This record gives sequence, structure tokens and C-alpha cells, in this order.
Amino acid sequence: MTFRKQRLNDIRSRKLTELWNGFTRAIELIISLDPEVMQIAGRSLGFAASSCAIATLISIPLGSVIHFNSFHGKRLLVNIIQTFYSVPTVVVGLFVFVFISRAGPLGSLGLIFTPAAIVIGQVLLVLPIMMGLTISALRGVDVTLTDTAISLGANRFQTASLVIKEARFAMLGAVIMGFGRAISEVGLSLMVGGNIRGFTRTLTTAISLETSKGEIELSIALGIILLFIALVVNIVLNRLQQR
Amino acid sequence: MSVSESIIETTDLGQRLNGRDILRNINLRIDRGEVFALIGPTGSGKTTLLRVLDLIDSPSQGKVYFNGTDVTEAAGQRLEARRRMAFVLQKPVVFNASVYDNVAYGLKWRRMSRGDIRKRVDEVLEMVGLVDFRKRNARMLSGGETQRVAIARAIATEPEVLLLDEPTANLDPVSTMKIEELITDIIQRYYTTIVIATHDMAQGQRLAGRVGMLQNGEILQTGGWHEAFNSPRNREMANFVGIENIIDGVVLTSEDNVVTIGTDHSVIEAVSDCAVGDRIHACIRSEEVTLALARLTSSARNTFTGEITRLTITGPVARVEIDCGFRLVALVTRRSVEEMPLDKGRQVYASFKATAVHVIKQD
Repeated sequence: MTFRKQRLNDIRSRKLTELWNGFTRAIELIISLDPEVMQIAGRSLGFAASSCAIATLISIPLGSVIHFNSFHGKRLLVNIIQTFYSVPTVVVGLFVFVFISRAGPLGSLGLIFTPAAIVIGQVLLVLPIMMGLTISALRGVDVTLTDTAISLGANRFQTASLVIKEARFAMLGAVIMGFGRAISEVGLSLMVGGNIRGFTRTLTTAISLETSKGEIELSIALGIILLFIALVVNIVLNRLQQR
Repeated sequence: MSVSESIIETTDLGQRLNGRDILRNINLRIDRGEVFALIGPTGSGKTTLLRVLDLIDSPSQGKVYFNGTDVTEAAGQRLEARRRMAFVLQKPVVFNASVYDNVAYGLKWRRMSRGDIRKRVDEVLEMVGLVDFRKRNARMLSGGETQRVAIARAIATEPEVLLLDEPTANLDPVSTMKIEELITDIIQRYYTTIVIATHDMAQGQRLAGRVGMLQNGEILQTGGWHEAFNSPRNREMANFVGIENIIDGVVLTSEDNVVTIGTDHSVIEAVSDCAVGDRIHACIRSEEVTLALARLTSSARNTFTGEITRLTITGPVARVEIDCGFRLVALVTRRSVEEMPLDKGRQVYASFKATAVHVIKQD
């Protein structure tokens, strides 16, 4: 009994040491600009940023079209979009996988296990949340503002542009949410990216791999770097929002 | 183009929102260059009517003509007509941009050149006294300043018609005065047709030449101020235009348009074409009632004695309530209160002319 207790204590203290070592390792890796870690981090950032940018280009016009037009089933459509906020990343991964795998309908494009596959998946993953938040942001603009624009002689397009411009800060919130979801997902990148070293390995897939290999310290270091990137991106976007 | 040509005209205009008739049978004609006041209590439909006139909303019934053209339906025509009007909403909102950009928006939307926009915006900001604020974010301004930006934004487009919805409703007296001065300035400087909705009779009278009385979504009467004040069409309007003495009665005799009216406690003589037996409201403006301590020999046909039950002095005038079997209110100068003197409990003779009585038939 005492022996088992002793062992448990040993393991606990070892884990704590690992955690601590992870922190110091992270700092070391960041300061020394370890080439592989930097590459992985850069790749993660690049994937998330590209998918977020593409999703923005889709969600703002599409969200605006939904907001500025009244049609049958609009409320239902918004409900469906909101439901997809919580779609599991592996489900999106599975969906993309089915389409782009060698035997799938788009298999001939050879997208499976490429960065493009990850970006496509991430776009699909963050699109609902970005579109939903875009609609919310537009809805949040005072109706009187729309009336004012119309009364000042704005046509439909000019009115919509003004409302979008007024909602720009709230829409940045949508971008922040989208980026957060894209950079933190793991299931999708693993399924359609394949975690190929030097090609599709991202921070999250690397953490998952290193942990399963028992490389806890490196995993922790990568996790900290991930959070650090998220922090920097959020600071930048928040600065923009407060301007 | 003749001066009296109508710029806005509506025929049988109706607006139904959420199953309720907000406007009914509005037949209105606004002449080019006139200042027209829409007067009515809160909820009478003033804002709804202005929104339809500015072509923001489409009416559910009737037609709107702008410069003689039917602009009720066609989107292109509506936009074109709307661009020749401007509307300052009751609670003006400014865009989250600088004061300059706020004023420039309407001009940009009309595809005016950058240089022309600069010139025009500067000119208008000068007029409303906001030149020093041009770079400031418009959201940071006070209520009165915001209202001035809203007016500047509207007049920058040089509208042929300017619609103002309660332009001073939420402002303090100083800001109200400034806005009224600005409106007067606009009236004098440009040949703009102005429609101003207000619940403030005095303000309407200061600014407008003609008035439309709106009640429960219907225009009860249009015309000059004298008519509006002295000859309201029904009891509610009489109340609204500030007639304090409204006495119910029945026409007892009628001869050469002079009628005698029997009320619960007395008989009143009035000038009216009502027939014997008609149930009526006799309206007498309190400033038409004169007071004396002894019976006067005057041309006033109606004289009653009574006791002063209440006396309130506000500024140079005094409001005197007298119980002569019925309640009669008189407005006299403060000076006459002091000279006579008048006091609570004192017996007085109250008189008014037969021509001062406005008779409204009961519904």
C-alpha cells in the first residue's frame, strides 16, 4: 500500500517537473527560434489566417445578402447557421475527406493530405460562426441609421455599404472567433492533412503526436506557443477594434 | 413654375401597420416654398406621415405626388424624388465617422466631385456653427450639436423639401432656440419648402405659415394659425390647441346666426349657424375672457358673476379660475391683477363677446 502511494507520488512529482520543463523548453524554443518549431508555428498561423481570410470574403457578402433581404425561411436559415457553430471538427474533417479522398468525387484534384485540404476544411469549419456573427453584427446596427441613409438619398447598395461599415468593429469580433476556432482545431487537420512532417504538420497535430509519443515537454512547449500566437493575434485585432 | 404650385401632394393616403390604421384619408397639398407645420399630439401619426412623404415607407393606400409625378410605386422614381428631399429624424443618429464625413455622405451618394463636396460641407458647417468640430467624431457630440449635424447633413444636399420631425423634442431651451434660429436662417437663405412636425404649438407658430392638425391618423383641418387656434373642429383638437373653456350645451334659439346656448347653469350667446336643438360644445379661449369688479357696460354679450377659486401667476400673465356655476378660466395680465386687485375668494364679473365663442357640434 505504502509502496503504491510512494509510486503515485513519484509520478505526480515527475509530471509537475515535466510541466515546469515544458515551460522552460517553450521559452528556450521561442528564444532560440528553433527552426522546426518556428516552421510548424508559421504553418499553423498561415493555415488559420488563410482560411479566416477566405471565410471573411465569403461570410461578409453572404451574411449581408441574408441580412438585407427578407425571404421565406430566413429565421430557419439563421437557426441552422447557428447550429453549425458547434459542429465537431472531425465531422467537418470526415465530410471533406469523403469529397477529396482519392476515390471521392473531387479525388482527381489530388487535394488529400495537402495544405489546401486543411484550408478548405477550416473554411467550412469557421464559415457558420463567422456568417452568423456577421448577421448579428449587422442586426446590431441601429435601424434609424438605415432610415437616415435612405432619407439622405442612398440607394440599396449604398445603404448596405454604410451599414456594413457601421458594423465593422462587431464584425472584427467574428474574425477573432473564426481565427480562434481555426488555429485551435486538431481533428480536421489530422484527418485531411495527415500530419506530414514539414508539409501539413501544425501545432495542434504535432502536440497530439508528441503526447502520444510521450514527449510531454515538447507538447507543452508547442501548446504555449499556440496560445502565444492566439494572444498576439487577439491583441492586434482588439487594437483595430478599439480604434 | 408658379409659386403656388404644389410640390408634394397626397390623395386618400392611408398607412396600415401591424393591423392598425396609423393614417387614414390624408389629402394634403404642400406648396413650393411654404413652411408647413404638422401639429398633433404624440401618437397622432406625424412621424408615419413624414416617412411616407419622404418615400422611406410606401403607403398601404392612396398616392403620393412629387412635383406632380406619381411616386407611390416605381423604385427609380422614388429614389430620384427622395434625392430632392431631406428628412431630419426625431432622434437623429450620426454615422460613426467625423462630423465632416457625416455631412459629406449624402453628397458622395450623389456622386459629387471631391472638390465640390469639400466646398459645400465647409459652407454648411459654417452655417450651423460646427466648423471647429469638422474632424471630431460625430458620436462624441452633445444632443444639440448632434441635431445640428443632422440638419447640416440634410441641407448640404440642397433639398427642395426639408422634412423635420420634432427637431427640438429632446433639447434644452438654449439648444432649442439655436435650432429654431437655424431653421429660420434656412427658410430665409434658401427657397426650401419645409414640413415640420411638432407637438409644440408655439414653435409651429413661430416657424410655419400654415398648419395641418393631425389626430388619430387623420388630418382634421389645414389652414392658417388663426383658424387653428380659434376654430378647432372637435373637442379633442380644442383641448390640444389650448382652449381651456369648453362648455357643453344645447342651442335654444337661433336668429341671424346669433344663437343662445343653454348650458347646465346658464345661457351663453354665440355666433354660429347651428340649428335649434343641436348639442354643441362652446369653446372660449381664456384670453378672450375679461374680468372686472363692477358690471361694465360693454359690447360683450355674455357676463357672469362668480368667485375666484384659484389664481396662478406665471411671468407677466395670470391665470384666474372663476366659479360662475360653471368653471371659467381667464387669462389677464399680472398688472391688472395687482391694480384691480384680484384675489382668491373675490367676486368678479367675467365677460366675453358672442364672437369669441367658437361652437362645435357634438359628434
